[in-house]
Amino acid sequence: MKISIQINEGPYQHQASDTAYQFAKAAIEKGHEIFRVFFYHDGVNNASRFTLPPQDDRNVVNQWAELGIKNVDGEPELVVCIAAALRRGMLDESEASKNGIDGNNIHPAFRISGLGQLIEAGIQSDRLVVFGD
Amino acid sequence: MATKKFMYLNRRSSFGTVYAIESLEVVLIAAAFEQDVSLAFIDDGVYQIVEGQNADGIGMKNFSKTFHALGDYDINKLYVSAESLEERGLNVDDLMPLAYEDEDDDWAEKPSIKVVSNAQLSKIMSEQDVCLSF
Repeated sequence: MKISIQINEGPYQHQASDTAYQFAKAAIEKGHEIFRVFFYHDGVNNASRFTLPPQDDRNVVNQWAELGIKNVDGEPELVVCIAAALRRGMLDESEASKNGIDGNNIHPAFRISGLGQLIEAGIQSDRLVVFGD
Repeated sequence: MATKKFMYLNRRSSFGTVYAIESLEVVLIAAAFEQDVSLAFIDDGVYQIVEGQNADGIGMKNFSKTFHALGDYDINKLYVSAESLEERGLNVDDLMPLAYEDEDDDWAEKPSIKVVSNAQLSKIMSEQDVCLSF
């Protein structure tokens, strides 16, 4: 089955991203396809490459990155909503330079894109599963 | 592109958290995809479409007027939970008079809001292909 996931909450404060990760991992192990994971609301914070949890805790961002969800062209299908990301200070290299900001924090396993990607995921997938509060 | 039934489930009030406005942003983008779109308002979500909202005192954008634009995007199925209204001492007259022009009926203006019981809403939800919960 082709599955997409929407994550509405940030890491550590909520369990949504952890549960979604466990779900995605289990689905892949069972032979399902994760078409896209879309990060929205505070969920965009799951893409920060600066995340540094204590050593005895899981690294939510790296867990997602290691899952390596990509499309046939090799582009990441961990997609961060651009509007939600920018207003929360989550920038990739291109948005940082476009806005004259001297840094960027989106992990390279993720990419920034628009809300249309969420709708497209809903259309293309057999299931869209929402994780949030 | 295939047409699917998308429902946007609004469960929280306009202010206090970001869910309401960011849900509306998705709905407006979704309009461009020509899907069969409906919105549901349950729990505190019913406050999103209450008439006469004013956010001046809290430094927030009053986005409630945007709901009036939905009819122009062929988004005209707004289901409101009767139980959620009643629990909050509200009735349909407290809500914005959201309407659309029905192209199949000589562009007659018709109300977009339909107050339904939770049981009816549950049935409508079960008929959807995609339910996005905010």
